[in-house]
Amino acid sequence: MTAPAVARAAGRGARRPAARQRVDRWAGVVEGYFRLHAALTYAFLFLPIIVVVVLAFNATTKATTVWGGFSLRWFQIALADEVVRDALTNSFWIAIPNAFMATAFGTMAALGLQRVGRRIRLGFDVLTYMSIIVPEIVIALATLILFATSFDAIQSWFGLKLKFGRETIIAAHVLFNTSLVLLLVRARLSGMDRTLVDASADLFATPWRTFRQITWPQLLPAVIAGFLLSFTFSFDDFVITTFVSGPGSSTLPLFIFGQVKRGVTPETNAVATMMLAFTLAMLFVGQLFLGWQARRSGRRAGISIGEMVTDA
Amino acid sequence: MASSASGVGPRPIGERLRSGLLTTLLLLPAGIWYLVLLVAPLVIIIVFSFGTRAKNGGYAPAFVFDNYVRAFQKPEPFITSLQMATIGTILCLLVGLPLAYYLATRAGRYRGVLILLLVIPFWTSFLIRTYAWLLILGPDAGLAGFLESVTGAEQVQILGTPIAVMIGLVYNYLPLMVFPLYVTLERMDRTLVEASKDLGAGRWGTFRQVTLPIALPGLVTGSILVFIPMMGEYVIPQILGYGRTYLMGNALVTDFLEARNWPSGSARAVFLIVIMIVTLAGYVWFVNRGRKTREVSVL
Repeated sequence: MTAPAVARAAGRGARRPAARQRVDRWAGVVEGYFRLHAALTYAFLFLPIIVVVVLAFNATTKATTVWGGFSLRWFQIALADEVVRDALTNSFWIAIPNAFMATAFGTMAALGLQRVGRRIRLGFDVLTYMSIIVPEIVIALATLILFATSFDAIQSWFGLKLKFGRETIIAAHVLFNTSLVLLLVRARLSGMDRTLVDASADLFATPWRTFRQITWPQLLPAVIAGFLLSFTFSFDDFVITTFVSGPGSSTLPLFIFGQVKRGVTPETNAVATMMLAFTLAMLFVGQLFLGWQARRSGRRAGISIGEMVTDA
Repeated sequence: MASSASGVGPRPIGERLRSGLLTTLLLLPAGIWYLVLLVAPLVIIIVFSFGTRAKNGGYAPAFVFDNYVRAFQKPEPFITSLQMATIGTILCLLVGLPLAYYLATRAGRYRGVLILLLVIPFWTSFLIRTYAWLLILGPDAGLAGFLESVTGAEQVQILGTPIAVMIGLVYNYLPLMVFPLYVTLERMDRTLVEASKDLGAGRWGTFRQVTLPIALPGLVTGSILVFIPMMGEYVIPQILGYGRTYLMGNALVTDFLEARNWPSGSARAVFLIVIMIVTLAGYVWFVNRGRKTREVSVL
């Protein structure tokens, strides 16, 4: 990414003829337009987030959107709220196991797919992409129907009563996130330097040792990015969660949706702000870790989660 | 991969067995998950879509096509979805293309930061980003009041209209349009633009004949990435449209949970999936046309 940019900049500086600049009267207007367009788009992207965060510090007790002074009271109220606490606990106890499972399953499958023939790989590809492109609402409802039907069957055959709860939510979240990790890790694998693996084998390293010392360190950034993405996607998910949740397994997004239906309060904004802060902290930590990882292995420090996501 | 690299001649049977076992173990968990939580639910809704509604809701076995016929006789939610997703995709393109172009060619040393800023909304909760518009578009909030004072209208009601839903759609899916556009434009050879201009082409001519064809793959990928989730959207019309803009996703939920007519909902769901697959197949064909090797990469 950097090398062509540098070459381009150098080329432009050296070769731009002065004559054309004089002729091109619209250059200034066009440049100005692009800058304005970009600025407005970023404003559009961040305005809603900023509004939520600012209004979370609103001291008001009446209208949510009328500024009544700065206060932290709504954060105190939110943190003392039993419902919020239960939702927070549920959110963590769903997102964490989900992230571990999805990361393990996705990474294993990406490695396994390197060892199989075209046909099996194609079958897996179809399923992976299906799990991503089939609309979330369809997956959510179909999974709900599957669970409801099979729970009924299990009860009538074995007398065992299964219920909707954290377990059903985790199971449903792991599906989508496994595909995500699989794609991230596979993108990394295909971009990897194979000669190192061959060299290691030529030097009589066992396959396991080659994996541990050569493949794994190179895969780690993708695995970590996958873990963090799985965590946040599960932590933030609403659609699938709402359809496969049961009594007592409400998560933070479900709490927020319930509040939204009744009318947003500053407490809603406080909970939302804490969720935003937590997600961004995860992004930041992941970024730091990737930078540290890159420095340690002597590569450029520029691998970012953003890049990994846009590349995959 | 690693084990075959050093292999000269056939490997002993024991090693081959162990290698096969390892491969199976590696693929097993993901395979089970795909089978139980993706294939099984999809098979169930395909089977149910040919059934009839049981007396007190749910599914009763049958083999009829009534549900599909009904879905075609009442296509309003589908048409609304198609309209909203098409307009939404075009708007994302109009907003996303100049931004991607700016990022790829003019952002300079701020590019990394600006890309990260684009990823941040993508990482934060969809639900929060959507309900935030309630605060902006709400009756006692900024924008509506501003519009009232500008236009002199008594009361500007944006929430609950298709416009609010459209704002939500474009807002939420814009980054998915910008990423692939940025990637293609960033890889573009800028000397082509210089050459075009040296050969006397104007700004518009250069854009139309050089930049646009080069950006086309990214443009198509971005459009697909935006269009598909818009077709299946459920939360945004629920929150910003007050459920009045009735999309496919909302019709599905009504069928399954309110009318408890699982077969009817299943038929709609199958229909929606078929649309997705057709769209995607068209996309894969577009990407691979004129190429010998196939590539199925979507993301």
